[in-house]
Amino acid sequence: MTTQSEATNHKTISKDMRIGLFIPCYIDMMFPEVGIATLQLLERLGLNVSYPLNQTCCGQPMSNSGDEVNSAPAEHLFVENFKEYDFIIGPAGSCVKQVRCHFDTIDQTDEVKHIRQHTYELVEFLHDILQVDSFPWAEFQHSVAIHNSCSSIRGLGIAKPSEIMGVPFDKTANLLSKVKGLVLVPVDRPDDCCGFGGTFCVTDEAVSARMGLEKAHDHLRHGAEYVVSPDMSCLMHQQGIARRVGLNLKYIHVAQVLNDGPF
Amino acid sequence: MDNANQVDPAKSAELFILHDQVHEPMHDRFLWATMQRRDAEAAAIPEWEELREIASKIKEHTLTHLDHYLEAFEANATKRGAHVHWALDAAEHNEIVFSILKDHGVEEMIKSKSMLQEECQMTPFLQSRGIKVIESDLGERIQQLDGQPPSHIVFPAIHKTRKDVAELFARSVGTDPNNDDPHFLTEVMRNNARPRFLAAGAGMTGGNFAVAETGTFMVCTNEGNADIGASVPPLHIASIGIEKLVPRVEDLGVFLRLLSRSAEGTPLTQYSSHFTGPRKGGELHIVLVDNGRSRRLGMPDFWHSLKCIRCGACMNTCPVYRRSGGLAYGATYSGPIGVILDPTFDEFKYSELPFHSTLCGSCTDVCPVKIDISDQIFKWRRVMAKKGYLPLAKRLSFAVSGHVLGHPEEYHAMEKVAEPAIDYAPHFLLYNRSLNPWGRDRELPQIVKQTFREWYLANRS
Ligand code: SF4
Repeated sequence: MTTQSEATNHKTISKDMRIGLFIPCYIDMMFPEVGIATLQLLERLGLNVSYPLNQTCCGQPMSNSGDEVNSAPAEHLFVENFKEYDFIIGPAGSCVKQVRCHFDTIDQTDEVKHIRQHTYELVEFLHDILQVDSFPWAEFQHSVAIHNSCSSIRGLGIAKPSEIMGVPFDKTANLLSKVKGLVLVPVDRPDDCCGFGGTFCVTDEAVSARMGLEKAHDHLRHGAEYVVSPDMSCLMHQQGIARRVGLNLKYIHVAQVLNDGPF
Repeated sequence: MDNANQVDPAKSAELFILHDQVHEPMHDRFLWATMQRRDAEAAAIPEWEELREIASKIKEHTLTHLDHYLEAFEANATKRGAHVHWALDAAEHNEIVFSILKDHGVEEMIKSKSMLQEECQMTPFLQSRGIKVIESDLGERIQQLDGQPPSHIVFPAIHKTRKDVAELFARSVGTDPNNDDPHFLTEVMRNNARPRFLAAGAGMTGGNFAVAETGTFMVCTNEGNADIGASVPPLHIASIGIEKLVPRVEDLGVFLRLLSRSAEGTPLTQYSSHFTGPRKGGELHIVLVDNGRSRRLGMPDFWHSLKCIRCGACMNTCPVYRRSGGLAYGATYSGPIGVILDPTFDEFKYSELPFHSTLCGSCTDVCPVKIDISDQIFKWRRVMAKKGYLPLAKRLSFAVSGHVLGHPEEYHAMEKVAEPAIDYAPHFLLYNRSLNPWGRDRELPQIVKQTFREWYLANRS
């Protein structure tokens, strides 16, 4: 399995580099504002970004269920769409993890290898590759609880998992702390899974819903107005639950905060 | 496909959650608190991660030289006066134990906790042959009185409240059903067990570690029950899985530092007893059990599961286990370690277990011997999918989406005709539209007027 430490680590990237924007299917269809925020943010940072129009899905729903036969067409198409790009950036930790870690049952051609090594989740790209140190255009006068997804924490290493001993770090928090007015609130169980888990949320509906509800209460208890995450899929689930029981919490993607909208 | 035999953890977990407002939250909170103690204990050891690495390496080394270490263990244990037996499977294990008991005319036996004996279904086997078997571990005894298997490998009755235990003791021992003071309940069981230790003709234990160079095995408990069971009756029988071997005595230093910290968030178990040969005037039998372990050792993707030291940390940290209760797994081993072990006993029966996980990965990070549990769960899903054990609804829906997602024209055409929010939702969330499990507890995201792709076409090209 490729981990973030094995992926290429360019400190500086030139403006001529071609950045492919990877917008996962559910963001395309249900959260277009997250795609827009990501694109605008990368453009503001002076990058040459384009969005390959033929993209559909990375194959994760099938792959995560063990169904490599049915995930293969989506994976091949992904490679076809993005093979020309120097970096592929997606605002979704779990989908990036799918590309980086689980594109392993298709033929490992040079193109596939290139793609697995150069696909980045937005936060890690901003934090590790671009090393962005300010977002002067952004202001967010709210209290925010961070929800780093499990794929982002334990798959991509954007924060230290609580189980592993060592010096704590959280790349999402580092970026958000550079936004004017934003107040981060600590929560009781920052990296306990929220229960989304892809198809798990429907196949194991009762457990999933219970986990999501506890997550929302944890956020609320600590006075968060907003829950901000690099993974909209977890938020889609948490938001669905909070709305159903009438909890006053708002859910947005980290790209929307860093780009100052659209909300 | 005949589903009669298949375990349905999602359904059982739902029953656990819906049962009342007490059990599931208590279960979750207790195990979460245990994890927090574990985190604090681990953090107090600067070389924690290094210890995990060393423990993993020792186990890998031992498992890849297992024949050598097993023979050394047998030779050294025999030299010290123990009788060593080899059991290929559960049936052989049970027969061996039964014949030892029979030879000694034992009618009543007291045992301490052993997941291996549980795995072999030893107690019902012996009882059907007229031998009385008493559990001496408090949690195991509670489960035995209730006719249930353990729900956790370290805390067998953790899914029960104090009130449940008080009521159970009232039914089975005749105590006051309203007195649920834990000290009282423990004392009741202690007094109940004492005469059984004296009456027993044999004591049985498991073994946490078996040391090849000395023929010693080690039993770790908090109640000291294993020690009485091994010391009072004249006959001691220990069942030990062949994966429990470590090469040297000094290796125990590594594992003991990890075991109780990972299991309960305490520096050490109260009793960490070494048994080297029989005690004076006593007799010691060691049954080394395979029961599928050497087959597992030959599975490239799954043999690392044999490194397990049964600490239960993966269960405590597992968000799904904490909400499900261990009985929901319908197997000897529950939680993440159960998900990767149980299918090696029966792939079809346990084919749903790998899907009873969010793949959050916390188990892999907590495991003191660095088993890649989460990756193995993922790989078991692939095995189940290949065998056609994916739930039918998933199979049908993925066959459709697998095709559509590989063909952008069809995909975008489908996107165009979709109108209400439910049609915008990716197929995988709504694989069974008539039941709509997404919507039972959640609102759907709001309808959007324009997809990102449409916005991009209008604004950037
Ligand atoms: S798999 Fe690891 S964490 Fe789980 S019980 Fe075994 S040793 Fe402990």
